[in-house]
Amino acid sequence: MIGASRQEGMMQRLLVGRMFQGRLVPDSMRTEAGGRIDRARDLRFRFDGVDYLGCEGDTLASALLANGIHLVGRSFKYHRPRGILSAGAEEPNALVTLRRDGGRTTPNLRATQIELYEGLEATSQNRWPSLSTDFGALASLAAPLLPAGFFYKTMLGPRGWKLWHRLFEPLLRRGAGLGHAPTQPDPDRYARYHDHCDVLIVGAGPAGLAAALAAGREGQRVILCDEQAEPGGTLLTEIRALVDGIPAREFLARSLAELSAMPNVRVMPRTTAFGLYPHNHAGLAERVTDHLAAPGQDLPRERLWQIRAARVVLATGAIERPLLFPNNDRPGVMLAGAARDYLLRYGVKVGNHVVIATACDSAYLTALDLAAAGVEVKVVLDLRSSAEGPLPEAVRKAGIPILTGGRVLGTHLRRLRLDSVLLGRADGRTRWFDCDALLVSNGHTPTAHLAAHARAPMHWNDTWGAFLPGSIEGVASIGACAGATTLAEALAQGAALFAAVPPPVEAELPIAPAPGTLQGAETGCVFVDLQNDVTAQDIRMAVGEGFRSVEHVKRYTAGGLGTDQGKTGNMALFALTAAASGLAPAQVGTTTFRPPYTPVTFGTLAGPARGDLFDPVRTTPLHDKAVAEAAVFEDVGPWKRARYFPRKGETMHEAVAREVAATRATAGMFDASTLGKIEVMGPDAAEFLNRLYVNALTGLKPGSCRYAVMLSEAGFVMDDGIVARLAENHFHVTTTTGGAARVLHHMEDYRQTEWPDLRVWLTSTTEHWAVIALQGPKAREILIPLCEADISALPHMAVRDLTIAGAPARLMRVSFTGELGFEVNVPARHAPPLWDALRARLAAIGGTLYGTEAMHVMRAEKGYIIIGQETDGTVTPGDLGLPEGRAKPDFVGKRSLTRPDMLLPDRRQLVGLLTENPAVMLEEGAQLVTEASPPPGTPALGHVTSAYHSPALGRSIALALLAGGRTRLGQRLFVAGPRGGIAVTVAPPVFLDPEGARLHG
Amino acid sequence: MLIIRCPYCEANRPEPEFRHAGAAHIVRPLDPSATTDAEWAEFLYHRDNPRGTVAERWRHIHGCGRFFNALRDTVSDRILSTYPAGQGRPE
Repeated sequence: MIGASRQEGMMQRLLVGRMFQGRLVPDSMRTEAGGRIDRARDLRFRFDGVDYLGCEGDTLASALLANGIHLVGRSFKYHRPRGILSAGAEEPNALVTLRRDGGRTTPNLRATQIELYEGLEATSQNRWPSLSTDFGALASLAAPLLPAGFFYKTMLGPRGWKLWHRLFEPLLRRGAGLGHAPTQPDPDRYARYHDHCDVLIVGAGPAGLAAALAAGREGQRVILCDEQAEPGGTLLTEIRALVDGIPAREFLARSLAELSAMPNVRVMPRTTAFGLYPHNHAGLAERVTDHLAAPGQDLPRERLWQIRAARVVLATGAIERPLLFPNNDRPGVMLAGAARDYLLRYGVKVGNHVVIATACDSAYLTALDLAAAGVEVKVVLDLRSSAEGPLPEAVRKAGIPILTGGRVLGTHLRRLRLDSVLLGRADGRTRWFDCDALLVSNGHTPTAHLAAHARAPMHWNDTWGAFLPGSIEGVASIGACAGATTLAEALAQGAALFAAVPPPVEAELPIAPAPGTLQGAETGCVFVDLQNDVTAQDIRMAVGEGFRSVEHVKRYTAGGLGTDQGKTGNMALFALTAAASGLAPAQVGTTTFRPPYTPVTFGTLAGPARGDLFDPVRTTPLHDKAVAEAAVFEDVGPWKRARYFPRKGETMHEAVAREVAATRATAGMFDASTLGKIEVMGPDAAEFLNRLYVNALTGLKPGSCRYAVMLSEAGFVMDDGIVARLAENHFHVTTTTGGAARVLHHMEDYRQTEWPDLRVWLTSTTEHWAVIALQGPKAREILIPLCEADISALPHMAVRDLTIAGAPARLMRVSFTGELGFEVNVPARHAPPLWDALRARLAAIGGTLYGTEAMHVMRAEKGYIIIGQETDGTVTPGDLGLPEGRAKPDFVGKRSLTRPDMLLPDRRQLVGLLTENPAVMLEEGAQLVTEASPPPGTPALGHVTSAYHSPALGRSIALALLAGGRTRLGQRLFVAGPRGGIAVTVAPPVFLDPEGARLHG
Repeated sequence: MLIIRCPYCEANRPEPEFRHAGAAHIVRPLDPSATTDAEWAEFLYHRDNPRGTVAERWRHIHGCGRFFNALRDTVSDRILSTYPAGQGRPE
């Protein structure tokens, strides 16, 4: 249809008209001429299953209105019928779900910001089975039962909880809500960009344009972004004023042409600056293809721009506020400025017979322009006591009656559309006016969101009845968002930022700002926040119940939450809170503005970080070997580690039992490459390490290793590993897999800031060395033929550099299994061939590969701790039964070990637990108590830290931290569980070979 | 995302290159064993949380790797100054 001629379009119209005879005449509300749409390009679209026609340049909202449709949704809580309120980003009501091919579905999009394309398919939300017949609307009958804080009140007390979970929550979850999340993976592509500029200007209205022209002419690097498809802001509807001697809209076209010719300026339409972060860092979401009927493959759907600007200029305009009166939420009630936008930008009359109610001059412009387009403006009701000045004069001259000092008393609905309004005059007389739209204005609120993100101060302004942003270094607000009231002023402020001369403005009908009014909010059913169904009464009730802070009123009533974040309703919420509290609005202040300004899709934020790039994995140099052996992997931090190697048909339990048994009987081989490794060198290396570990390291002989524990300064165990002294001034230190970066950072901290006098250097070698652990009574037998040096007499905890199977290796005789064992460190590139050589020897001798699960079981059988499992940041070495370095001079954490809390006798200490029933496995994390069924509130004595089935013992074993544990050996305790307590006996934490005969074998 | 000037690299770099490392100018006693429990607890745990200027440590962990100090305004997040570890707090 794109490119179809007007004639073809007419054919389509007739076709659709015939298809839906008796329902709608297509485009019935379109004007004969005018607007910025392309009338030659008809677009067919579908809303709730019915086909309509719109024009190129329409938004979904303007196209629906052109077809006479106001009813577009049901409200969140009471399911009240709702229409299109606004023409922009502030829209609270007109939220729809868009569907495209390929499973693409996007909920909660504002119809006012959806650009129409051929074949667009939209559905309304929060209604069942249809918009016109919505069973959820029964909720409005129960409205008196659903006041502010209803959700919280139903949760109070144990009885309330039950009601909540069984009755209210399931019902409310079904009834309340917005659109549904997509069920298919997002098929689109999203891009991520970073950029820098001298000046970032947000908003391409008159102020932003003037600033961009001035900065661009100066040669500054400028980015000018605007959330709309067409830049221009209020210039798009300025049909009277002359700027620089030409009509304002021509001035706009000329300015945009000039900007686009400047190589130093980039104008970005369809780009929402959604957040302004510290140090002038802005987040922009650019919608690249959403407006295209056939997006194609070559472009991303959206781009996330992270822009760092030397200067940020906010020219974000102002948002019109609706009036407060009973039943002010009917389809057909619309902001007066929006009605004018629809007329002048889209050639759409929002009604044929309208009533205008206002507390602001701007609505008079709407009256004039609608009347000129042939709309019957029945009356302009001005809530203020007088209506003087050029605008009311012009309206009177056009023959439109003005009622001053009146009130809107109510609205009437017929077939889910406003059909009359009840107006009250100053003298108390009332009268119903038939109308198909009620256009309202209650003044404007400067759009200060981004300034608030940047923590600019907010100052109450009586003239605007709103808060205006103050300035901070590097961030300027100009135009309506900074309180400019006229086109001339906005242009002048933009130019002044760069000391330029603004273009002259003639023939402008200036609109004075208005403070707005709370008149009409006194009675029931006056909606303040349309999206969350928050009424004025809800706010008074919240204040009455004791909520004082406007932040609390917001959370209690839900006012200002939701996808629109209260853009149209927040000022009234603040003002009503102030009025109910007897305070001035300035004393009440605003709620916190947080990014994003409008919702940003997850796709845009995620960008390319999806699938394999979502959470990149680390693999060891031996990863492919484990894959070839059909390993099952587990995630350990970013690492993939082989957890076990199941043979055909084996469960994990069976595989682990086999791996443990074979390792203890003959030998097992394990990839330990993920261990952190740090090379420590220098004349003071020994002294340095001695100050960082609990264990004495200065006396360690070259060629020897020592197990060592690292404490935080607070005395708690933070890491452990092996310290191997290769030479007088050269150490190889290992850390836990997860602690590598943390330990190096900790070491660097002390090296650089506490002991800069020590001559010592640190290098991370985690990636450099691959580590193959060989454990078991036949480990030595496997290694000997491959070693180019005699290792038969190498004692436990010795380290040697030698060549193994042609690879330069660092061989340590260490054990984390309790068996005679070795860890072979080789440079990563030598690891696969060495693995193959060892693998062949292992197979010949009847050994096994084992994974992390078997490693855990074997270390637990020996009572060896794992950092993060037996420790949780509150555990001292003494608690674990490890040396505390009492005889040593000061080391990190030593002083803390003698703080009073560290010396308490009931500290939780590491013990073993044996269940009375050897088949029962305990739950890690389960609590230890003295009784089988303790009363609620009984404090726990400790908790299970590790629990496994031990193949060596043929039963379950567990480690635990237990208050005064070492004095409780042999005691019978219970481990709390969902089916009652499990009886256990406290035992020493070493279950296997406590003398270490196997280790030293 | 902050822009932080590394005083060693003499370059303005984005925050992800750095790691925050707590309050600055906390002096570890030369002989911890000589401190009272109260003094040691003060050293370990007691920190100011001012609204306004704070002196804090950063490490250019993905750059030169060195620790330095910064004065930052906790209200505006403006960084007033960065200076090498071991230097006194600027006025």
